[in-house]
Amino acid sequence: MFDAIQAFLSGFLYDWLAILITLVIQAVVVILPIMLAVAWLTYAERKVIGYMQVRMGPNRVGPGGWLQPIADALKLMTKEVIFPHQSNKYLFIIAPVLSIAPAVAVWAVIPFSPDVVVADINAGILYVLAVSSILVYGTVIAGWASNSKYAFLGALRGSAQKISYEIAMGFALVTVLMIAGSMNLQDIVNGQQGGVWNWYLLPLLPMFVVYFLSGLAETNRTPFDIVEGEAEIVAGFHVEYSGMTFGVFMLAEYAMMILISFMTAIMFLGGWLSPFEGIPPLETLFAWVPAFGWLAFKVSFLLFVFIWLRATFPRYRYDQLMRLGWKVLIPVTIVWVFVVGAMKYFQFGPWFN
Amino acid sequence: MVKFIKHQVKTFGLTELFKGLALTGKYLFKKKITVRYPEEKTPLSPRFRGHHALRRYENGEERCIACKLCEAVCPANAITIESEERDDGSRRTTRYDIDMFKCIYCGFCEEACPVDAIVETRVFEYEFQERGPHIMTKDKLLAFGDKHEAQIAADRAADAKYR
Amino acid sequence: MTFEQFIFYVLGALAIVSGLMVITVKNPVKAALWLVLAFIATAGVWIMAQAEFLGLVLILVYVGAVMVLFLFVVMMLDINLAQLKEGFTRYLPLGAMASVGILAMMYMVLGPDHFGLEVTGAPVQQSANFSNTKAIGVPLYTTHAYAFVLAAVLLLVGIVAAIALTLRRRPPREVLYQNIDQQVKTEKADRLTMVKMESVVEKELPEKEEESK
Repeated sequence: MFDAIQAFLSGFLYDWLAILITLVIQAVVVILPIMLAVAWLTYAERKVIGYMQVRMGPNRVGPGGWLQPIADALKLMTKEVIFPHQSNKYLFIIAPVLSIAPAVAVWAVIPFSPDVVVADINAGILYVLAVSSILVYGTVIAGWASNSKYAFLGALRGSAQKISYEIAMGFALVTVLMIAGSMNLQDIVNGQQGGVWNWYLLPLLPMFVVYFLSGLAETNRTPFDIVEGEAEIVAGFHVEYSGMTFGVFMLAEYAMMILISFMTAIMFLGGWLSPFEGIPPLETLFAWVPAFGWLAFKVSFLLFVFIWLRATFPRYRYDQLMRLGWKVLIPVTIVWVFVVGAMKYFQFGPWFN
Repeated sequence: MVKFIKHQVKTFGLTELFKGLALTGKYLFKKKITVRYPEEKTPLSPRFRGHHALRRYENGEERCIACKLCEAVCPANAITIESEERDDGSRRTTRYDIDMFKCIYCGFCEEACPVDAIVETRVFEYEFQERGPHIMTKDKLLAFGDKHEAQIAADRAADAKYR
Repeated sequence: MTFEQFIFYVLGALAIVSGLMVITVKNPVKAALWLVLAFIATAGVWIMAQAEFLGLVLILVYVGAVMVLFLFVVMMLDINLAQLKEGFTRYLPLGAMASVGILAMMYMVLGPDHFGLEVTGAPVQQSANFSNTKAIGVPLYTTHAYAFVLAAVLLLVGIVAAIALTLRRRPPREVLYQNIDQQVKTEKADRLTMVKMESVVEKELPEKEEESK
């Protein structure tokens, strides 16, 4: 689709200009829906948590509170950005940029439907892992540049937490690679064809849990949000941020949440594949659902679980969090790498053919 | 051994986490108890202590006799009273001010009043946006009492048997 | 100049500038951040040279993990910057000579005489589906398996050594440790005993005297 646009543009423009315009179009087409999704994800979060606490949630702006995200965005944009005394201004501004840029850049390799992807690269998973690892710098630089001890403590906690859980996450991805034999996200989805029991969810059930938990930790969501523990360190690394700089941190966090849900759906829940493949009556019954519909359904369910977990569990203590990451999740993943190796060797089940 | 296996199953089956999730999941579908305030309101007791008012007798005569008991009992010193003899020889107030910023809505003035002149009404939806209007003068209090007399009288009647 | 060349020169310039900033900037935290930028630019150059696996791993390992830990340490250190800068000019000529020497050596070894296009021939343009990861993985685990395992063992030794050096248990009168294993395994019966007790009947109070009027 984008190649056609580029070919059309280069007919009457410089080559580099045509490429540039195509790139911009690609970026807008992917980023805009995601930013909108982020906006209404915050609304959904407030609403769901409200319902779980027997409240109504936001219901004032627009019918049922539907326009609440727009009101929030307007509020954040019109607020003043305050620079703390003796803070490093350049780094202070760069920090939110550094946290939103990777959160947006990762979407380049995420396939939304068969062949609907900006860049269909071979090392898709590795790209996602590498780019999302840059996200730590947003937290670290924000904490350091704020010249505030609470922000600094939050940044230290956050970076240590993210690095620790990245290892468990990486190992979980390794098992997916072993089973799929490819790092291309489209190939991974296509390897899961043939109904629910062909999804990688079943052979990799512990890895699914580990990946999701590490995803929670990576995105600083409860129960792993010690980075912004209100009780001890006020709001963690973004205490000193106000207005849109703060809003950008929020955007990045929620964009990463959606990304983790997409990755989980693609790697463990069969991506855009229908769960009813190979079940004759149901398959025809649900044939009208577009590929993206299934993916969106799975992603929204995972996002709901994100919110559900937040409404349910209290925050981990820092040492308990580190213990969980290093002494529970990583050993479990290493054991499962060997289990998957054995399953692959013995051609176990429908997954290893 | 059985205990060990049980423990492992409990730990790696994440049973406790699922129990917690089930609880919040159940609450998701419970009836919501939110009161959507401007449209819906919670019921108020007849003893509710809100905006002040000065009452009159049925013949239109003001009740207050300037005994200054309310001024004396007021813990926040919010009430200021000055009195003079009226033409017909009765003792009446010339000034009856309540500073609504000082008032803590304790209801002592109401309790102290021997003639049920100063009362606190159910009205709680009022606001002051600048200094000045927050001093409730005698005229304003009397007018407020006239406006809400029906409600005030009903509340006193409902509460009378407990006094 | 094609678009790719343009990007290459941008990335190259970025790598050089940030490399220079690493050694000239005064604040060590900023130096570390410039180093991160240098890594990212280098990774970009590698990806342009069709080594996308190496480029991504460079970002993942060095930018995502090593440099964060580095920053961690540098941020918490209390460094006297003035002291650090002492003798910069005194050692400058020596440093310049050493760097020129290294540059000359690198030119001699890596220069066009050995790695020029005439010697190696133009790089093979692989198709988009060519798996770079596989191209690295297969020789790594077959022909170079011995060296690979050796490197892995070395790293393991490093980990074990670091932990063995820093791990110390202080006596319980100094620090109270939690035994999380035990904590997790506690059950209701260990902490709570239900005691059956006879209900106690209160003595009846004397009847309240009527308030005398």
